[in-house]
Amino acid sequence: MLTRHATRLTNGIRQASSDVRRVTLIPGDGIGPEISSAVVKIFEAAKAPIDWDPVDVTPVKGKDGKMRIPPRCIELMHQNKVGLKGPLATPIGKGHRSLNLAVRLEFDLYANVRPCRSLAGHKTLYDNVDVVTIRENTEGEYSGIEHEVSKGVMQSIKLITEKASRNIANYAFEYARSQGRKMVTAVHKANIMRMSDGLFLRMCREEAAKYPDIKFKEAYLDTVCLNMVQDPSQYDVLVMPNLYGDILSDLCAGLVGGLGVTPSGNIGKDAAVFESVHGTAPDIAGQDKANPTALLLSSVMMLRYMKLNDHARKIENACFEAISEGNCKTGDLGGTGTCTSFTNDIIARINNSD
Amino acid sequence: RGNTLAKYGGRHTVTVMPGDGIGPEMIGHIRTLMKYCNAPVNFEEVQMTSTPYDGDMEEVIYAIERNGVGIKGNIETKFDDPAFSSRNVELRRRLDLWANVLHCVTIPTVPSRHKDIDIVLIRENTEGEYSGLEHESIPGVVESIKIVTQDKIERVARFAYEYAVLNGRKKVTTVHKANIQKLGDGLFLQIAQEMAKEYPSIEFDQMIVDNACMQMVSRPQQFDVMLMPNLYGNIISNIACGLVGGPGLVSGMNMGDVHAVFEPGTRNTGTGLAGKDIANPTAFLRAGIDMLRYLGCHKHANVISDALWQTLTEQGIHTSDIGGSAKTSEVVEATLRNMERMLPRYQ
Ligand SMILES: Nc1ncnc2c1ncn2[C@@H]1O[C@H](COP(=O)(O)OP(=O)(O)OP(=O)(O)O)[C@@H](O)[C@H]1O
Ligand SMILES: Nc1ncnc2c1ncn2[C@@H]1O[C@H](COP(=O)(O)OP(=O)(O)OP(=O)(O)O)[C@@H](O)[C@H]1O
Ligand SMILES: [Mg+2]
Ligand SMILES: [Mg+2]
Repeated sequence: MLTRHATRLTNGIRQASSDVRRVTLIPGDGIGPEISSAVVKIFEAAKAPIDWDPVDVTPVKGKDGKMRIPPRCIELMHQNKVGLKGPLATPIGKGHRSLNLAVRLEFDLYANVRPCRSLAGHKTLYDNVDVVTIRENTEGEYSGIEHEVSKGVMQSIKLITEKASRNIANYAFEYARSQGRKMVTAVHKANIMRMSDGLFLRMCREEAAKYPDIKFKEAYLDTVCLNMVQDPSQYDVLVMPNLYGDILSDLCAGLVGGLGVTPSGNIGKDAAVFESVHGTAPDIAGQDKANPTALLLSSVMMLRYMKLNDHARKIENACFEAISEGNCKTGDLGGTGTCTSFTNDIIARINNSD
Repeated sequence: RGNTLAKYGGRHTVTVMPGDGIGPEMIGHIRTLMKYCNAPVNFEEVQMTSTPYDGDMEEVIYAIERNGVGIKGNIETKFDDPAFSSRNVELRRRLDLWANVLHCVTIPTVPSRHKDIDIVLIRENTEGEYSGLEHESIPGVVESIKIVTQDKIERVARFAYEYAVLNGRKKVTTVHKANIQKLGDGLFLQIAQEMAKEYPSIEFDQMIVDNACMQMVSRPQQFDVMLMPNLYGNIISNIACGLVGGPGLVSGMNMGDVHAVFEPGTRNTGTGLAGKDIANPTAFLRAGIDMLRYLGCHKHANVISDALWQTLTEQGIHTSDIGGSAKTSEVVEATLRNMERMLPRYQ
């Protein structure tokens, strides 16, 4: 699907490789503007054929009096189909849909993809992690259907459909194939949730049969947790329902040093939004201390999604090198550099590689 | 709870369910060690495996109701067979074993990335995602219902705070996903938070489950006692067991008002290891030790526990899952020899 989709982009929107493509840029709140401008500068240095359409997504009051995402953002996404997004301060319980949810629903971004990989030069307790979590992003435990059935008895409904399960399973195998991955593991609790997780698992098996070149395995969620913290190298691509994906993707991010270094992509049939999943870090905002790595690696995922593999590789290499060899790493990676000096280090490495 | 235990002629009778995989051999080792130190325990063995026969569940339930105590291996769940539902879950629910308790501690000589982990995991053991209520509302659409009830949350939360007080613990962290499941997990969080006020000496803390998992692998030392709904308990317990060295090390207790069942903490069958004499017996042996403590046989529990500790740490006799090359029987033998030396001091 990734391939098909990207081909469509190539054939449809782009005529020649020199064509510049437009991407919606949501810089975000807190440290968002700093790390976004770092990405923009690095893209410039790498001569990535991207023009940015920055957009402010501060909620506005609609005709019905409800607060919502500015229509301009949705419009731009309809035009560009691809977005890059920094962290947003989501006011909890303020009664408007979060941007994530709004964009996810509008464009049916059904797959959340998070590659977690140990970074040479950023020492954590785990140095052999290279896994990708693929999370179903539209249903499951996040259905929001809950009732108080009687006093003190709450019921929450998890919704699993054949369609969404098949879509995500298919995406996982397409992803594995297009990224040269060898194995897909379906993560489930079908021993307990026999029908719902059973359905999810059945769809994975059916898709697996169409991809004989990719090894397929099934594992209980708890067993994956148990094994992941002992020997993460036994996993490759993991595909799972919504909540399990939420949990495992954060666990894997923890193994490689946290959300400051892990990229993420939300992908649908016709559009995709790539984002850093860390917060707005209000404590360091505006102080030039933020680490742009997570957003930068998200933008590298974006380039690969747009089939700009050479630019992706160039930027990714420079970023990995700056972390493993450079001395401008930011404080969260144990360095003494700033967002600016780290960015400049990456740019210098890109220039040298030309 | 003492008067619900079966005791004849000064001896306790406990129900043994060997289960599948490595269960039967492990139960054998537990019996050997208990016999060696003359623990006043008789074993009543009942069979329950993944191949059910008519009435086997009833028999097991009667036996546990009669004896008050059981020790078990895990029973494999054939999730591909629609007629088969988890027998482990059914047993816990029918006996109303409402709290699952694991104590995860780093063992000095066992290879682990993190040092100084000491976490008690307390998990609601009967409801939530494990309610088994599912239906296909229209073809291709399945609903799975998670049920939580005030009474059941209250009793497990109470248990966690009481446990913390009795065992000199400082903090209870409640794990939830109340930002998404506002009613279900919201109720869990609210009850835990309210009840915390009755325990001013215990620090209250709460964490969203995905963050809790990330924190577990980054800095597990920050956790003391964790209080969790059923599924999150399953997840976090497995992470914690993995962090201290794997499924072969940690035991788990299932506690109800009147009955208790002891088993390995991660509830694996270890089918791939069965019959090879290579599984780590520690988790099962510790389940046996927990059971002796529950029965009030502290001397016997201590001698086995100290002897096993010596085997693992001072003598470094490890099975392959924790980086050694010893056979199961070698760990058991070494522990027996240690007991032999220690026994006089424990009389
Ligand atoms: N990109 C980054 N670079 C450096 N440090 C970061 C980065 N992102 C987060 N941090 C650090 O991690 C900590 C957690 O910040 P984060 O913003 O994720 O959570 P938060 O404070 O709850 O904000 P929010 O409410 O937006 O989620 C902060 O103290 C910050 O210093
Ligand atoms: N006592 C033990 N000693 C060493 N390794 C163990 C032990 N118990 C389980 N393991 C290992 O832990 C892993 C998971 O165990 P297992 O395969 O039994 O669990 P599972 O597949 O999750 O569930 P099930 O128990 O239903 O088969 C396996 O690699 C197994 O070899
Ligand atoms: Mg999350
Ligand atoms: Mg197994």
